[in-house]
Amino acid sequence: MAQTSMNETQVAGVAHRSETLQRLREHARNIRRNVLVMARGKGEGYVGQGLDAADILTALYFHEMRFDPKRLDWPDRDRFLLSTGHYSIVLFAALAELGVFAEQELASYGADESRLEMAACETTPGVEITGGSLGHGLSQAVGMALGSRLSGRNFRVFNFLSDGELQEGATWEAAMAAAHYRLSNLVALIDVNNVQADGRVSDVLTIEPVAQKWSAFGWHAQAIDGNSMEALVDALHKAREVKGQPKAIVCYTLMGKGVPLIEQRPRAHFVRVEPHEWEIAIRQLEEGVL
Amino acid sequence: MNQSEVRPGFTAAISVSETHDEDARIVEKPFGRALVEAGRRNPTIVGLTADLGKYTDIDLFGREFPERYFQVGMAEQNLIGVAAGLSRVGYIPFATTYCVFASRRAYDFIAIDVALGRANVKIIAGLPGLTTGYGATHQGIDDLALMRAIPNMVVIDPCDATEIEQAVYAIAEYDGPAYMRLLRGKVKAVLNSKSYQFELGKAVTLREGRDIALVSTGIMTERALEAAEKLSKSGIAARVLHTPTLKPLDQDAILQAAAETGVILTLENHSTIGGLGSAAAEAIALAGIKVRMTKIGIQDRFIECGSVGYLTNKYGLSTPQIVKAAQDLLANDHHSASP
Repeated sequence: MAQTSMNETQVAGVAHRSETLQRLREHARNIRRNVLVMARGKGEGYVGQGLDAADILTALYFHEMRFDPKRLDWPDRDRFLLSTGHYSIVLFAALAELGVFAEQELASYGADESRLEMAACETTPGVEITGGSLGHGLSQAVGMALGSRLSGRNFRVFNFLSDGELQEGATWEAAMAAAHYRLSNLVALIDVNNVQADGRVSDVLTIEPVAQKWSAFGWHAQAIDGNSMEALVDALHKAREVKGQPKAIVCYTLMGKGVPLIEQRPRAHFVRVEPHEWEIAIRQLEEGVL
Repeated sequence: MNQSEVRPGFTAAISVSETHDEDARIVEKPFGRALVEAGRRNPTIVGLTADLGKYTDIDLFGREFPERYFQVGMAEQNLIGVAAGLSRVGYIPFATTYCVFASRRAYDFIAIDVALGRANVKIIAGLPGLTTGYGATHQGIDDLALMRAIPNMVVIDPCDATEIEQAVYAIAEYDGPAYMRLLRGKVKAVLNSKSYQFELGKAVTLREGRDIALVSTGIMTERALEAAEKLSKSGIAARVLHTPTLKPLDQDAILQAAAETGVILTLENHSTIGGLGSAAAEAIALAGIKVRMTKIGIQDRFIECGSVGYLTNKYGLSTPQIVKAAQDLLANDHHSASP
C-alpha cells in the first residue's frame, strides 16, 4: 500500500497525541517520585510494585477515567478498585499528584496513625475498597458495574489486579459472572510482573497464559507493555470501544521500573533500601528518559 | 408461681396445641414474601443468590423484580463480593445461601468486603443447625459463633414466620451489615403477628417465671415455650426469654433473668461453643452474677445424616429433653450450696 501523506487534521492529531503522551509521562515520573518519597519515610515498602504500576495509574487517573479529585464522592465517577491493597503506595502517590493529599503527608506512609496505610483501606479518602486480602476486588467491581447499569448512571469500573493474585479462585468466580452479565463497563487491569511473596510467579505457581485465561472466560483480552504509556492509552481506547463483554488488559511490567537500583533487586516483593540509597534512587529517576 | 403469667399478645404463642399441625398457622415462604414487600417499598433493595434461589425463597423476589435479581451461580465468595459492590453504589443487597456456605466459605469476604466498611449488605442463610438432616456439610452449627466474632455484624436467629417477616423489614431499614438465619418453605407462625414486634437488639420475655429462665433463640424458642408449659404442670415457673438478636446481645434482659431466677438454661440450634449459651455465660460471669447454668445445643460435634426428628432427639434438642435438663438443673443445687 502506497504511503499517503497526512492532511492537516491528522498532523494536528499526531501533535496532540504526542503532547498528551508527554504530559502523561511527566505525571508518571512525579508519581514515581512520590513513591520514593513515601518509602523513604519508613525505609521500606512496596516500592517495586509502586514503580511498576505508576504508568497504569497515570493512564487511568490522568487520561481515561471520569474522575474529579475535588469530588471524591461524586456518584457518577468512574471507580478504581485496588484489589491488591499492598499497592497502596502507588495509589496514594497518584492521588497526591491529583492534589487529594498534600505532598508533605506522603512521608507518613506506613507510620503509626497515618491514613496512608501499607495496605489501602476504604477509610482513606479516594480509596474505594479495602483490598489486600487478595481476590476480593473483582467481585466488588462486578457488583458496582451491575449497579452502574441498573441505576443508569453508566460509570465505568476499573479493577487493578496482579498476576500472583490470579491464583486466588474468587477472581475467577467474578470473571465468570462479569462475562455472564456482559459487563462492558468493567475493565480489569492485570499487572504481570512475575513476582510474588515467595519468589517468581512462574516458580511458585504458573499463571500463564494470562490473556488466554481471560479470553477463555469470555472477556475481551489484550496483552501490552504496561510500562509503555502509548500502549496503555491505546489499549484503554480499544477497551472503551469493545461492547458486549468485559475487558481485560494484561500489563507486562518491570518491578522497580524507572529506578535501576530497585529494578535490579533480586527479591523485589518488599523492598528495603538503605538511607543513603534514596538519593541515588531519586537521582536515577530524574535522570531517566521520559 | 403455678399459674404462669402470660404477657398479652403471646397467648397463641404458648398454646402448644395450636402450634402443632394446624395449616392455618403455617406461612408459605415468609422471607420471600416479606422481601417482595420490602422491595416494593424500597426500589434500592436488590436480591442475589448462589444457585439457591428456589431453596431460600428469594425466587419470589426474582420473579417480581427480575431486573433487580442477580444469580451468581455456585460461588459464595463472589456472591458476597458482588453484594458488597452493589451496596457501595447505593443498593441494599439481600444475598442468600446456606449458613455453612456463607459462614465457612465466604467468611473472609463477609469480614473484609462487608463488615469492615459497614457495607449495607444483608446475608440470609438457610438450613440452620438441625433444620436439615442432610448431614454435616449442610447443617450450620457454627455460623452464629463465626458471625458474632466479626466486628460490626448484626446477627439474628429468628424463631418463626412472624419474626422472619418483621426482621426483614427491620434489617432493610437498618443501615449496616446483617446476618440472618432463614427458615424456608412452609414455616410455622409461633408468635402472634398482630401483637409481637421484633426489635433489633432486643430480647423479649415471652413468658414470665422466677424459678428458672429458658434463654432461647431461633427455633428453640418454640420448644422453650412448650417446655415451660410442661414445667408449669409440675409447679415450676419457667421464664422464657426469646433472644432473636445474638449480636448486639440484649445483655440487660439476660442479666435481669439471671439475677431474678438464679438458674439459666440456654437453648440454641447451634454448637454450644460461641453461640447464645457462650454469650450469655460470658455476660453473666462478667457481671458477677452467681447462677446455675446449663447450655443446650449441639455439643461440639458434627452431626450425621438422618431425619430431623431423629437427630433432634439423639442430640438432646427436643422438648422433653429440655424439660429434663431444666429439672436436673433445678435439682442440682450443689453450686449454690458452696461457700
